[in-house]
Amino acid sequence: MNTPDTDHIDVRYVAKLARIDLDEAEVTALQSQLDEVLAFVHQLDELDFEGVEPLSHPHPLENVFREDVVEASLEHEEMIRNAPGAVQQLVRVPQMIE
Amino acid sequence: MSISASKLVPTIGLETHVQLNTNTKIWCGCAVRSDAPPNTLVCPVCLGYPGSLPVLNREAVRKTVMTGLLLGCEIAQVSKHDRKSYFYPDMPKNYQITQYDQPLCLGGGIEIEVNGVKRFIRINRIHLEEDVGKSTHLRGASGIDYNRAGTPLMEIVTEPDLHNEDEAFAYLTALKRILQYGGVSDCNLEEGNIRCDINVSVAEAGADVLGVKAEIKNMNTFRGVHRALAYEVRRQIKAVGAGERLVQETRRWDDEQGVTRSMRTKEDAHDYRYFPDPDLARIRLTEAEIEGWRAELPELPAKRQARFVEEYGLSDYDAGVLVADKGIADYFEAAAGKNPKAAANWVMTEVMRVLSESDLEIGDFPVPTAGLSALIALVDKGTLNSTKAKEVFAVMLKEGGDPAKIVEARGMAQVSDTGAIEGFVNEVIDENGKVVDDYRSGKESALQFLMGQVMKKSRGKANPPMVLDLLKQKLAKP
Repeated sequence: MNTPDTDHIDVRYVAKLARIDLDEAEVTALQSQLDEVLAFVHQLDELDFEGVEPLSHPHPLENVFREDVVEASLEHEEMIRNAPGAVQQLVRVPQMIE
Repeated sequence: MSISASKLVPTIGLETHVQLNTNTKIWCGCAVRSDAPPNTLVCPVCLGYPGSLPVLNREAVRKTVMTGLLLGCEIAQVSKHDRKSYFYPDMPKNYQITQYDQPLCLGGGIEIEVNGVKRFIRINRIHLEEDVGKSTHLRGASGIDYNRAGTPLMEIVTEPDLHNEDEAFAYLTALKRILQYGGVSDCNLEEGNIRCDINVSVAEAGADVLGVKAEIKNMNTFRGVHRALAYEVRRQIKAVGAGERLVQETRRWDDEQGVTRSMRTKEDAHDYRYFPDPDLARIRLTEAEIEGWRAELPELPAKRQARFVEEYGLSDYDAGVLVADKGIADYFEAAAGKNPKAAANWVMTEVMRVLSESDLEIGDFPVPTAGLSALIALVDKGTLNSTKAKEVFAVMLKEGGDPAKIVEARGMAQVSDTGAIEGFVNEVIDENGKVVDDYRSGKESALQFLMGQVMKKSRGKANPPMVLDLLKQKLAKP
């Protein structure tokens, strides 16, 4: 796993990962906003976390399960209507290169 | 600096994806089936529509834990799911829900045997995730069928303990057998139920640092894994031996050409930005729950093999052949009756021959186990000789029916009446003067011919040991 740089957010890199196209003005604006967000979150560093387990979810819910029982699926036509395109019952997407 | 190629040894690890045979998908109630028309087993959840929420299928958790118990893993009391972000059209949410740092099962392993040498292959972890859709490459575009998206998938990761392609093959075979015994997956390779990624590197024997690894993705046959590894290890040894510097990369196996090829993926693609899925609650399993599942565990092949030797007096080899397929082993046990050795022979010869010559599965075998037991009992009682028993078996296979009735209706019962057999023996001795002389002058094999002639006269029904005794008696007299 890449260890994230906790002091700085590389806006261009994150935008690229998220497939977001930003112009120069947006990069500058977001950079200062994200730096502020990061500074805000860094206040947590002042606390002592000795012996505190990481929390993966703020809600104390556990074991939310469903039983293994088949339910109705969407109608094919309805599903395809939502797709960008269709070919031979498949969702048509730009050619993928492996 | 080049390294002597002869000193280079491979290090291999496998990541095996196994589709669980649940009724429904992991996060929604869409059926898991491979025979439905494209995009008919889909819903807002498995299509990743905004606002839809996943709810974990309890059975998928149970089957993963059962697998962990069968492989001797430690079962995590607390486990969670994470999002793995990447953009690919077969993954409609743009992230895959998987388990990152708190998988359901940790540790464990499988014993394998290659050329008589047993080794223990350690398992690192098993986590529960979702499968992606299936892509088809069309001219100028790609087409996706999302029926498979959301099928529960276990990823079983080994430690880098495998030394060569034979061990990898043995590991996969042993794993598949255990999964079948556990009833957790259909294990149908043609349907892609088991798919495997290979990690392989080469380094000097005894070196502290592993070599640069290549990952070969998405292998769907065990034979393919064997061939790809044999090729890739040779390729790496040759390259490193020649002083070439390898780069870490993903490669694809080209089955037709029999080579691996670099897939040239961008480095950025591997920044998956895992984080806990906020739509899903933690899983907490109690000791009682895990122990309850442990009590449901089936007997594993290796244990069953040892029991067959102990309980039925079979050879280790025969027991191994029978337990290799759970269905066959079940069939044998049901047919074992009073003569398990005979039942084992029937299953390993006639039953397995018929299965291999037809498309039949053992579950649909036309001769019921009670019928086979009854047939063996008829042989043991002396009603049938072994040749006739095979004929009766053939009738049972084709037309069904009770063996005793078949024997009666067709007059196939063995003739054990001394008078009748003596008559046939006398006739054969009279008609074959020259062969009789050959035998008396020391040609042992002549006896077989005479024996055959007597059996022919009895139309196969004479009791063979009695025929042999009588022939020897009569021929001994000058």
